[in-house]
Amino acid sequence: MEEAIDIIILGLMTATVIGIVVMRNLLAVVMLSGIYSLLAASIFVALDAVDVAFTEAAVGAGISTVLFIGTLALTTRIEKRPAHKPILPLFVCIVTGAVLMYGSLDMARFGDPNATTNQHVAPYYLENTKKDTGVPNVVTAVLASYRGYDTLGEVTVIFTAGIGVILLLGSWRRGLRTPAPHHKDEA
Amino acid sequence: MREYLVLRVITKLLFPFILLFALYVQFHGDFGPGGGFQAGVIFAASFILYSMVFGVHSAQRILPEGILRAGIAGGVLIYASVGVIDLLLGANYLDYSPMAAHAKEGQHLGIFLVELGVGVTVASVMMTVFFTFATWREE
Repeated sequence: MEEAIDIIILGLMTATVIGIVVMRNLLAVVMLSGIYSLLAASIFVALDAVDVAFTEAAVGAGISTVLFIGTLALTTRIEKRPAHKPILPLFVCIVTGAVLMYGSLDMARFGDPNATTNQHVAPYYLENTKKDTGVPNVVTAVLASYRGYDTLGEVTVIFTAGIGVILLLGSWRRGLRTPAPHHKDEA
Repeated sequence: MREYLVLRVITKLLFPFILLFALYVQFHGDFGPGGGFQAGVIFAASFILYSMVFGVHSAQRILPEGILRAGIAGGVLIYASVGVIDLLLGANYLDYSPMAAHAKEGQHLGIFLVELGVGVTVASVMMTVFFTFATWREE
């Protein structure tokens, strides 16, 4: 049953991606990428990673879509036809995809307790979270307490992104963008 | 969007509930899925919905640019100063244990404050980015 759900969701994701590649209407492409994120969130739910699914649904399907639409309002809604044939990019994509698939053959099976990733710090967190922090949600304990330093870095990344947008497009630039009318008024 | 009566009414109806859900996700992150990142995004999404229906300027009357910029820096500041407080209390940076009488209570308080900082910064950045994009063409 679970495998059937996975296959259906992955099939829908593939169909969405093909739609994104084929379409020239960028508004439809943005909508499809929002749907893609929602499907990815469903996959995460099926893998029991509800925290990740939550983030994917909120950030990928929600905010990204809105920001893309905002960008389309500033630029254009129809993609231009590419000037050259897509043979070289297609070749690069196929080779990269093949290499990634080959690499995934060596990956441990999902949920394998003997996998290296499940042998390292994960057992420590699962055993000691309740004792150390008293927080029932291990994900929150790892993010905010055990790996608090990393999360501080993540917040700093978001902070930097915000500062970058303000510097590039913020209202303080308004005077710089259209100086002409002011000069006319003064003259 | 003056003429879309249904959208306007539904948005007004949903707005407080989305805010409430954001606060729930923010402060319930220790016990269920969620935390500062998700809560910040949901909080920002409620204001983005509001400004899409009622216009950016009416949303900015509630949250002017200055407050959002203070939030961007303030969230990181809350997070980093929790670490400094821990240093002053004699523990390692971002080790919350000495912040309360019991180590577990200290951890709870530290996680609460840190998640609050994350939520404030994420919400402020998301809203700033949207408002900046939405008002870019105007003069």
